[in-house]
Amino acid sequence: MDRGADAVTGIRFRRLLDQVTRVRGVRGALLVAGEDGLVVAEAVMEGVRANAVAALTGSLARRMRRTADAAGIGFPHFLHLQATTGAICAVPAADGTLVVAIADAEVNVGLLRLALLKVAEVMA
Amino acid sequence: MSDDIRAMTSELARDPGSLVFIPLGEALRARGQIEAARKVIRAGLERNPDSTDAHDLHARLLVDVGDLEGAEREWSLVLSADARHLGAHKGLGFLCYRRGDVDGALDHLELALSVDPADPNVLQALQTVRGVVAEGGRSAPAVPARHGEMAADTGPFSGVEGADRAMLLVDPRGRVLGGGLRNPAGIEVAETVAAQLAGVSQEAERTVRVLELGEWSSIVAEAADGNMFLCQALPDTILLLVRDRSVPPARMQVIAEKAAEQARAWIAGQTP
Repeated sequence: MDRGADAVTGIRFRRLLDQVTRVRGVRGALLVAGEDGLVVAEAVMEGVRANAVAALTGSLARRMRRTADAAGIGFPHFLHLQATTGAICAVPAADGTLVVAIADAEVNVGLLRLALLKVAEVMA
Repeated sequence: MSDDIRAMTSELARDPGSLVFIPLGEALRARGQIEAARKVIRAGLERNPDSTDAHDLHARLLVDVGDLEGAEREWSLVLSADARHLGAHKGLGFLCYRRGDVDGALDHLELALSVDPADPNVLQALQTVRGVVAEGGRSAPAVPARHGEMAADTGPFSGVEGADRAMLLVDPRGRVLGGGLRNPAGIEVAETVAAQLAGVSQEAERTVRVLELGEWSSIVAEAADGNMFLCQALPDTILLLVRDRSVPPARMQVIAEKAAEQARAWIAGQTP
């Protein structure tokens, strides 16, 4: 793929992620390579450490996948970590990538879930 | 959906009056799909109100959701139609034991044994109840999690829906403290899942610490064949709840909170 094509793909991903960041309370959205936790594309507020979010969420998602597999409930299609001052949600997309959002603790998780699933669907 | 369940569902769709709703309900219950099983059994009982086996299964499902009075009514109804119904005697024995009526439990379990002298659940339950009597107790020392499993360790979640097959209490090293977990095929997977949970907990802690998100309170995973809800019952204790997809995460949170409360009390009772 040449540089022009890369730029077009980057713009496309960025537009997709903007659908997620429009949800009130979302601090950032990322496209993460699931296996190595590297950032493929990002749309994050200043101060959000995209690389750390990507790596940690990728790792957590892998562990949850193993747990779900051991429990026999199949492949997880939505993940939500709730903490006292924030939340992380992730949805698997095409080719092992993850669509990830980091948000305030009070974010509307239902709306965020829909936005993430929509992005994953478009990517598929 | 397993092939068996799919086949039985198709058969029931072809012939709504068929008694296949009973094994279908049993299969759904075994997979932890309690609400789906209840729906099937209620619909089946409308067409087959005289089926004692269906009423027996209905009673067990009522126990699963904590409606013990309803379960007692159902099993009494079964005995009025069939005084030697094994399931009803086992069920009523369980209910008697649960409320501390050891004599009543012995009556029903001995009748159950006369129907099937080789039933391992009855033998185990009788051993437990006789043990209580031998110790001089006329009230049950612990509440069984599920009828037919009186000798099992009731652990921290007694009385909570699905306590013995879809709920785990695990320490940070991945050791099972209580509860039980079976996969949809009915195979016990508690130890395997607990080992994985230790890693999940560490990863969650690392994530919130590095990203400065405070303390993690819960993790939800929605998967193809079920939902998982993970929370910290105590600072060093992880609680896992697994339910079929019909149970929304918000409902799971309510169940988990109730279970966590019991687990805290149970742990407090275990320590001197």
